[in-house]
Amino acid sequence: MDAHAHAHEMPWIRRYIFSTDHKTIAIQFLLMSLFFLVVGGLLAMMMRWQLGFPSEPMPGGMLLPDEMMAPTPAGAIMLPEFYNSLVTMHGTIMIFFAIMPLLVGVFGNLLIPLQIGADDMAFPRLNMASFWMAFPAGLLMLASFAVEGGAAGAGWTSYAPLSASGEYTGVYLGQQLWLISLTILGFASLAGAVNYITTIINMRAPGMTWFRMPLATWALFITAILILLAIPILAGALIMLLFDQTIGTAFFLPASDGEPLLWQHLFWFFGHPEVYILILPAMGITSDVLANGARKPVFGYHAMVLAIVAIAFLSWIVWGHHMFQSGMNPMLGTTFMITTMVIAVPSAIKVFNWLGTIYKGNIHLHTPMLHALGFVSMFIIGGLSGVFMASTPVDVYIHDTYFIVAHLHYVLFGGSLFAIFAGITFWYPKMFGRLMNEKWGRIHFWLTMILYNIVFWPMHSIGIQGHMRRIYDPTQYEFLQPLQPINQFITMAAFALVAVQVIYALNFIISIWKGKKAGNNPWKANSLEWTVPSPPPHGNFELVPIVYRGPYEYSAPDVEEDYWLQDAPPPSETAAPALEPQPVAD
Amino acid sequence: MSQAAASTADRHPMPGMMVYNVKLGMWIFLLSEVMFFTALIGSYIILRFAHPDHFAEPGAVLNVPLTAFNTFVLICSSVSMVKAYAAITQGDQKGLRFWLLVTILLGTFFVGVQVVEYIILAREGFVPMAELYGVAHEIEGAALYGATFYTMTGFHGTHVTIGILCMWFVLYRAWQGKYSADNYGAVEIMGLYWHFVDLVWIILFTIVYLI
Repeated sequence: MDAHAHAHEMPWIRRYIFSTDHKTIAIQFLLMSLFFLVVGGLLAMMMRWQLGFPSEPMPGGMLLPDEMMAPTPAGAIMLPEFYNSLVTMHGTIMIFFAIMPLLVGVFGNLLIPLQIGADDMAFPRLNMASFWMAFPAGLLMLASFAVEGGAAGAGWTSYAPLSASGEYTGVYLGQQLWLISLTILGFASLAGAVNYITTIINMRAPGMTWFRMPLATWALFITAILILLAIPILAGALIMLLFDQTIGTAFFLPASDGEPLLWQHLFWFFGHPEVYILILPAMGITSDVLANGARKPVFGYHAMVLAIVAIAFLSWIVWGHHMFQSGMNPMLGTTFMITTMVIAVPSAIKVFNWLGTIYKGNIHLHTPMLHALGFVSMFIIGGLSGVFMASTPVDVYIHDTYFIVAHLHYVLFGGSLFAIFAGITFWYPKMFGRLMNEKWGRIHFWLTMILYNIVFWPMHSIGIQGHMRRIYDPTQYEFLQPLQPINQFITMAAFALVAVQVIYALNFIISIWKGKKAGNNPWKANSLEWTVPSPPPHGNFELVPIVYRGPYEYSAPDVEEDYWLQDAPPPSETAAPALEPQPVAD
Repeated sequence: MSQAAASTADRHPMPGMMVYNVKLGMWIFLLSEVMFFTALIGSYIILRFAHPDHFAEPGAVLNVPLTAFNTFVLICSSVSMVKAYAAITQGDQKGLRFWLLVTILLGTFFVGVQVVEYIILAREGFVPMAELYGVAHEIEGAALYGATFYTMTGFHGTHVTIGILCMWFVLYRAWQGKYSADNYGAVEIMGLYWHFVDLVWIILFTIVYLI
């Protein structure tokens, strides 16, 4: 192939910066989104300081400009406007520039071609364009902190009319940059989604039938469909809001008969599929890692696939449950309550199948496996608290309280982020050729697991006691003052939680050069990415692989080892060695 | 790198592959376009039901006969696009170039008429800005009418304009003789996009001008 011959002649900039290789683009997305993960985490720490120690001088606050922090002789005190920006930007950055690119940008790019046996994406240059739209969009979002009026302050949901007119928040340009940045990111997501769907439909290796695809790829496929259909809705809403802000239309402004509720409908019609965009790939990754760690086939593979499809379908008819308190026909509220609770069924199928997968397995508790188990247990808690909110009478009570904050962090941090840690550790060799340190990986897991629960579990409790979700100074209400010790406790634990992530960062960085060299298949896994060298060469497969079986044939009685590569010829054919394409170790 | 630089249409056809990549990709992209226009049209319907007083009777403000003729022109451009596609599947280079040029001219005419329509309407005080609506003249309807009208037709016009620009590129390649009876993927996906834009207009014309 031409691609192989030219691989080594490419100039540096084409190989590492403007690369069309899906693996390089995956690494670019990884570095970008880990950077934004750190930024988002630091924003959260500033919020936690204000919540734990309201209006006390923040350590290091003097470094920030006067528009964010009011300088006093004792130190700098956070301004309420800046707190609003922090709430908004923490949510926005974490959802759109950390978790979503981590799951979809990184694992979509890395895994899809490798797991289906393709040499690259269907449209490599479109893939490159996707990253080079997403990254500037993120920088634009960050830049909005520096403009006059500060960054957007209407929450990550940017409810109108608060977001539709600068007069309400004091943020003019920042809100517009927020809208433009997300629109650009939308284009990047669409480019990725078109690419993923086309690649999976068209470029599977011979023998790679739909039901021989690993569940990670299945989940990414369904996620790409959700992105494809949900993001344009957001784009339409963002553009209308931008028009309200800039040219003076009144789509969402009640003063001129616009409909603020229309924004909520559009946003959540996108927003609820988005929730599943943020969790489905994590479920796929978890399934792959759990089967590998338990040395058993995934329990109920077909049911797992159908559950993903069912969740994706249901995600389109539940958006109203975000708006129970926004004013809605009670009949409609009941309808949305029922559809929402139905989602618990496919979710429970997945959870029970994960338990079935590890049941009586020969469990290897390697770091990715620990994270995957962490995902399952935290997802159960987050999923169950979700059922509370789906119930309209309960939601009246807990809506917009810290109970919601606890719930969403249990699914996004405890769920998605643990799966991301599992995925990064598991597929690290396919990116950098080496393994991450196992001992430090386990230490990081346990510390994160414990501290994470210490931070977020009490939020359920203070939420039920009435602590509002987005509040600058909880002590202004007398009934919240007794909760202040818990707030301080959460804040201290949150600082510790962020501090232990340094272990992961160091492990990640040092292992790039010092990690143990990984062979083709360090985890003894089955899917096609493990048949090629780590990291795979440009073009991935020397010959188009031929697939004989599903990806979870662990501990099969027909073979000696406890794993069975998807492209290994069946025993009957090995007797008379046919000229099968074999992976070549470079 | 030659691999990526080469036409991606026929990269690694796998067994069981029904549609080549670029065509499949275009279909998938058009699905997302459907959702984009759904957001705009859906908002229009909701706002119109919520505030009927903001919207004028059909023909009271908008010039229906002019736009009906314009719609006819756009449908004709879809026909000429089909003729261009039919020509190249037979290897007819001259026909391809001729019909592409006809399509470009018809599309440009459509956008031109729309621009003229915008200018006339804006002079009558039909503008998207809530505070300026009807300030120049007393016209029927109110702020939401102008905002939804310009957003929907404007985004459609943008799509037509992008289509025309892409079609110039296809025409340029056609002049270089890059297409043949075996290689007409770009003409085909150009046609898919063009027909989609045409279809959206038929829906927009119906709900914005006629109903």
